[in-house]
Amino acid sequence: MVRLIAFLVGVFFSGMLLIGLGDTIIGAIKEPAVPTAEHEFHKMPLAEKFPHDGPFGKYDKGQLQRGLKVYSEVCSACHSLNLVSFRDFAALGYNEDQVKAIAKGWKTEVPSINPETGEPATRPGIPADRIPSPFPNEVAARAANNNALPPDLSLITKARANGPAYVYSLLIGYEDAQPAELLKKFPDAKTPDGLHYNPYFANLNIAMAAPLTADDQVTYDDGTKATKAQMAKDVAAFLTWTAEPKMENRKSAGWAALGFLLIFTVLTWMSYKSIWADKKH
Amino acid sequence: MSFPWANEYKPQNAVTKWVDERLPLPRLVYNAVGAGYPVPRNLNYFWNFGVLAGVALVIQIVTGIVLAMHYYASVDGAFNSVEHIMRDVNAGWFIRYAHMNGASFFFIVVYIHIFRGLFYGSYKAPREMIWLLGVVIFLLMMATAFMGYVLPWGQMSFWGAQVITGFFSAIPLVGEPLRQLLLGGFAPDQAALNRFFSLHYLLPFVIAGVIILHIWALHIPGSSNPTGVSVKSEQDTVPFHPYYTAKDGFGLGIFLIAFVAITFFAPNLLGHPDNYIQANPLSTPAHIVPEWYFLPFYAILKAFTVNFAIPFTGIVLIEAKLMGVLAMFGSILLLFFLPWLDTSPVRSGHYRPLFRKFFWYGLIPSIVVLTYCGAQPPYTQWVVLSQIAAAYYFAHFLIILPIVSRIERPLPLPNSITEAVTGKPLQTATA
Repeated sequence: MVRLIAFLVGVFFSGMLLIGLGDTIIGAIKEPAVPTAEHEFHKMPLAEKFPHDGPFGKYDKGQLQRGLKVYSEVCSACHSLNLVSFRDFAALGYNEDQVKAIAKGWKTEVPSINPETGEPATRPGIPADRIPSPFPNEVAARAANNNALPPDLSLITKARANGPAYVYSLLIGYEDAQPAELLKKFPDAKTPDGLHYNPYFANLNIAMAAPLTADDQVTYDDGTKATKAQMAKDVAAFLTWTAEPKMENRKSAGWAALGFLLIFTVLTWMSYKSIWADKKH
Repeated sequence: MSFPWANEYKPQNAVTKWVDERLPLPRLVYNAVGAGYPVPRNLNYFWNFGVLAGVALVIQIVTGIVLAMHYYASVDGAFNSVEHIMRDVNAGWFIRYAHMNGASFFFIVVYIHIFRGLFYGSYKAPREMIWLLGVVIFLLMMATAFMGYVLPWGQMSFWGAQVITGFFSAIPLVGEPLRQLLLGGFAPDQAALNRFFSLHYLLPFVIAGVIILHIWALHIPGSSNPTGVSVKSEQDTVPFHPYYTAKDGFGLGIFLIAFVAITFFAPNLLGHPDNYIQANPLSTPAHIVPEWYFLPFYAILKAFTVNFAIPFTGIVLIEAKLMGVLAMFGSILLLFFLPWLDTSPVRSGHYRPLFRKFFWYGLIPSIVVLTYCGAQPPYTQWVVLSQIAAAYYFAHFLIILPIVSRIERPLPLPNSITEAVTGKPLQTATA
């Protein structure tokens, strides 16, 4: 009985799937999938290497400091960094006084209240504060950005596939005009007004205007030449750190754990072999 | 239960003797996973995975309890509380990555454990009950893993919950009200998040309970073995301790090396980037996919594209969506009937030439294809492949297996485990 019912159920499910298969194939022949501009012109991120790549990779603190400078002078005009506190910058190699100075000198003040009147007010940052957002709320952010919402950047390199390379590629990937070939093939895929063509962006048209427009837009303190590519790379490294601040602890703990387990495994293998030595199996 | 030659627990001193007379718990452990449990001597490495699954559950419970101390089940705070764990809690990044990847490793070992059972016929008499309880554990694991994935309240958490709970709305008439009742709202929100957290904490302990039944049921007939031949004498077995504790210890080392390598060096490899974006009910991700361990079932769900209708009348009897949901659950529920679908008296796939061909060239490729297609966007080629693979999957269990068991001529079986191992016939015990 079980086998009879099972047989009928099996015939039903497999049969419906095969009918569906025929339907899918007929559908695909009748109406072949229409290629889209995104499909053909979207580019995967450039294969850019970072010092923190790989199981031994460590952050380059100089690079993170340069990246912080790019963030604070360029990106932070629109993008928040809500999950990062000023005190976290100690990990970039700054001492306590420098962290205090960065917090105090941050161009957006921290929302607060007037201690006497209770009215909303702002005050200079202290190391315990989170990085203040450039906009008080989403409505203000959209109003200032042509109704687009600049995403928070704290986790951006983990929230995109191949994140660090993606951020780097996106920042240097702006093209002044759409490729002629694209417009010829997809006349309807013209970049709408207010958007900007960037082949690394998922749908090719991004609301953000190119943020890095010229070499030396940021003046680096360590004498590194601030080319566009250099700035893009430094800020991508910085945003990798904001997304994964414990990466170096993680990797070093990982090697310690692997070392321990290697010894553990060799010992258990030896005891396994000796216990089973006279037992054929 | 167990065999007459099993070692007997003998309390060594006054204290253990005192305990044994009042609560023989050490005796229970001794008989369950100690020297008092005789196990076939010929188990291969596939038999390590039951113990490994138990270890994986313990890792999940321990890391999960610590995470719950810092996690905050609120639609506004959940995402940030997970990031708080990652950034500010001492070794929080480790606990969280271990829990997140621990779920994947739990499924890896359980899938290998299930395939071991499928190939070596571990579901056959007298071990049907072990198999049935195992399927119950698998279902509970899936529920637990799904609800756990919702807790960080990222984009995939939210939209995954939206899709999965949407299955209920495929049920005719009562579907939508039922879905709202279960969610506590029209869409996943605070009420749903709270109940998911509550159940996510509860179910692992239910799993632990069913595992105890699973092991209890195992100890009635004793462990199966790669030949599928029943244990006949003491020579066929070795005591679980020290023989298999040593072998499982080695297996555990290998498992932990793989687990640590992923957890510490590629912790986000098995995850989806979109779950690092906070849930936004107003923005649907371009492409909603579940965690990798659900992909074959997700592919089956999506493979049903045509309604079951009376031809030329337009009367739809079962909509494609409902059929997909039924088939998806059916693809797991059919495992409950497996002991009665595969009627061959031979357990091990080694001695079943026809079964073995369908297993390696049919079942395994179809599941690999379904796993791959489950992650793909709905382009024609992936839909076609998953329809073929899903059709084979159902045909394999429901049609092919019963027929194979009937027509197949199995290879000759060894007379005993000892003979299979040593090449020498079993010495008959003389009284």
